[in-house]
Amino acid sequence: MLLLIQYTLIFASVLVLVALGGCFSEHSGVINIGLEGIMVMGALGGALMMKYLPKGTVAPIMILLVILSSVLVGMFFSLLLGVAAIRFKADQTLVGTALNLLGPAAAVVIVRAINTAENPDNVSSTIAYGQAKKAFIVNFGRFEFNWFMLIAFLLLIASFVVLYKTRFGLRLCACGEHPQAADSVGINVYRMRYAGVLISGALGGLGGLVYITAGVSEWKFENGVAGFGFLALAVMIFGQWKPVNIGLAALLFGLFRALSNVYTGFDALVALKLPSTVYNMLPYIISLVVLVFVSGKSRAPKAEGIPYDKGQR
Amino acid sequence: MEQYAIEMKNITKKFPGIIANDHITLQLKKGEIHALLGENGAGKSTLMSVLFGLYQPEEGEIRKDGKKVTINDPNDANALGIGMVHQHFKLVECFSVLDNIILGVETTKGGFLQKEEAKKKVIELSEKYGLFVDPDALVEDITVGMQQRTEILKMLYRDNEILIFDEPTAVLTPQEIQELMNIMKNLAAEGKSILFITHKLGEIMQVADRCTVLRKGKYIGTVEIKDTTPEKLSAMMVGRDVNFVVEKEPANPGKVILDIKDMTVASKHHKKNAVNRVSLQVRQGEIVCIAGIDGNGQTEFVYGLSGLEPLTGGTITMNGEDITHMPIRKRLTSGMSHIPEDRHKHGLVLDFSLEDNLVLQRYFEPQFTNKFGFLRRKEIRNYANRLIGQYDIRSGQGPVTKARSMSGGNQQKAIIARELDKNPDLLVAVQPTRGLDVGAIEHIHKQLVAQRDAGKGVLLVSLELDEVMNVSDRILVMYEGEIVGEFDPKQVTVEELGLYMAGSKRKEAGVS
Repeated sequence: MLLLIQYTLIFASVLVLVALGGCFSEHSGVINIGLEGIMVMGALGGALMMKYLPKGTVAPIMILLVILSSVLVGMFFSLLLGVAAIRFKADQTLVGTALNLLGPAAAVVIVRAINTAENPDNVSSTIAYGQAKKAFIVNFGRFEFNWFMLIAFLLLIASFVVLYKTRFGLRLCACGEHPQAADSVGINVYRMRYAGVLISGALGGLGGLVYITAGVSEWKFENGVAGFGFLALAVMIFGQWKPVNIGLAALLFGLFRALSNVYTGFDALVALKLPSTVYNMLPYIISLVVLVFVSGKSRAPKAEGIPYDKGQR
Repeated sequence: MEQYAIEMKNITKKFPGIIANDHITLQLKKGEIHALLGENGAGKSTLMSVLFGLYQPEEGEIRKDGKKVTINDPNDANALGIGMVHQHFKLVECFSVLDNIILGVETTKGGFLQKEEAKKKVIELSEKYGLFVDPDALVEDITVGMQQRTEILKMLYRDNEILIFDEPTAVLTPQEIQELMNIMKNLAAEGKSILFITHKLGEIMQVADRCTVLRKGKYIGTVEIKDTTPEKLSAMMVGRDVNFVVEKEPANPGKVILDIKDMTVASKHHKKNAVNRVSLQVRQGEIVCIAGIDGNGQTEFVYGLSGLEPLTGGTITMNGEDITHMPIRKRLTSGMSHIPEDRHKHGLVLDFSLEDNLVLQRYFEPQFTNKFGFLRRKEIRNYANRLIGQYDIRSGQGPVTKARSMSGGNQQKAIIARELDKNPDLLVAVQPTRGLDVGAIEHIHKQLVAQRDAGKGVLLVSLELDEVMNVSDRILVMYEGEIVGEFDPKQVTVEELGLYMAGSKRKEAGVS
């Protein structure tokens, strides 16, 4: 049971972070379907930092540097979307798809290049970070507390405050709803949209890092992030682009994802004699079902997906 | 020399091939309501864009309170206290009124919004000028009139001294227009200077102190309203005398052409029906007009009638034949002509040539397509040339002009030519004069009456009350998808119609 809670929380943390990232981007008016790719690149940034940091680095500095690395890589990668979609008014869905194709592929190429450079016989795309990962974990008895759970929770609260209580949030939402209105009162729509995309890059990158460090101590980048970017989008839609709802939706999806890791610990579930693949499929099936029922009523930011052109009035 | 709140002197703005503003002077006195009158393309919007710094003029200068100023972008204009209520409101629908007002000029403490003080100020302003706006209401929940007052509050909250209203009455009911006029007078009495852009002469006569007239980019003159008449103003605007009253004989209705019973169309936006059990008849030789405020089901009604949307109930009979489930092309070939509301979306294929647009509904007829399925281009060209001559459609390159490059008036003429040349029994005209200037409107009204006199049934859907009163033989008012009253235009006043259009009165159709 404890294990179930632990896994639920860590997967929910991933989903919350990435979904909040999507939430910021979409509230600014840019659809970010490339979260999957951003996650992989953020994970890569964090993994490399863990790999290269010297063994004796103290935990707080370690945590800080690793997070910083994944956040910066995620932001840099999201900038591709920003420039293409905002500066060059490209189709946001297409650019996002391109990011999803580019992210995992680039990560594999980079990791393989590093591995073969170290040892010509090693053509794997795996990075091990067993030692470094320990910095993120505190054990309370049998419960493995991960600092990321706290970070995700704090960022959830922060997102709520930023979106609803600050000038930045008000302006950001205005740009996603009615950019002409925002422009007419002197708000720089382009700048706000870049801000939204960069925040989504930062949160998406961080989410990728949390995902790969959640259960294992090494990551094979060929696996990407197994559709978690898309699950996060489902969470965001289920949460109706509102932080608190996103938090709850993430817990629900996290629970189903965690089940596939720990269902063997529940006698009742084992007694059902379902193949483990069923549990692996669960979160994805649930997201399909949820989206079918929710998306009809959902209220996305009105101007999302439409490139803003100052000339058109 | 008298000091003006804002003075635009000898403004000249050229675009490739056209002089949009040719030495235009506009002087706005402090505390006056100044109308800016002109047809489409007269240069009103260009002049306003210059004032807001969107364009830099080649010649001329702008002075505020006598001092020369340069305006490079809208923020400069705002800083000078110039505010504008745009024709299409710039409001975020899912925000509260208050959030919309403070957007861009938020009071913050360490980045956090401080709304309490702003709310107090909004309520004060709202009471002072009689605007009656609830700051906590969501914009999507309030009426169009209240949205407009929110826009006015936006300007007042920014302490703007010069308020520009761009065609503010187009979306309002007669009662709301009256309220707006009172608000404008209040604002002027409090020392605000108001520039009122419009082409409705009645409103100018009622509220403005002075009026500047533009025509084809040129400055025609500025007149005191108390020294002028609507006829003089319109002659200044159009350059010739315009006949406001549509001349027509009394209607002489014949047999029923169109018989609609209990038509119901579902709404895409909400659970209620967009059109709810509407029954009406159109007879030969009469113009029946459906009046109402935009968004009360007129669009869906026409979609149902023309076949663009399926009915969820009721029947349509045309010439005695049930056409309820008839495909669109069949309807159009069996006697219905449709001048659509949105000429860009449903009227024309904008990237097709004019000639292709003109045969859009009959290219498949043997005279335009040979038996192997190839188009007879020569026949199409001849046909197009005939219509272009007959209906005076003006364009750059004749039949091969891209529809997109034509002016709105000529695009509309092309549609009308196509629809009327089919010699229909029933003409459905939806806002046929939308966005057109006075001369073009006069022309179209004449053609509607000519169709009527030729014994056709005409169903006109219009938002313009002047048009409704002038052209129609019978008026049906539509409110929230239902016909709430039937009137004889000779026996009803605009005010009375307004009450029905706003839903504050209703009676069963047919009991007039």
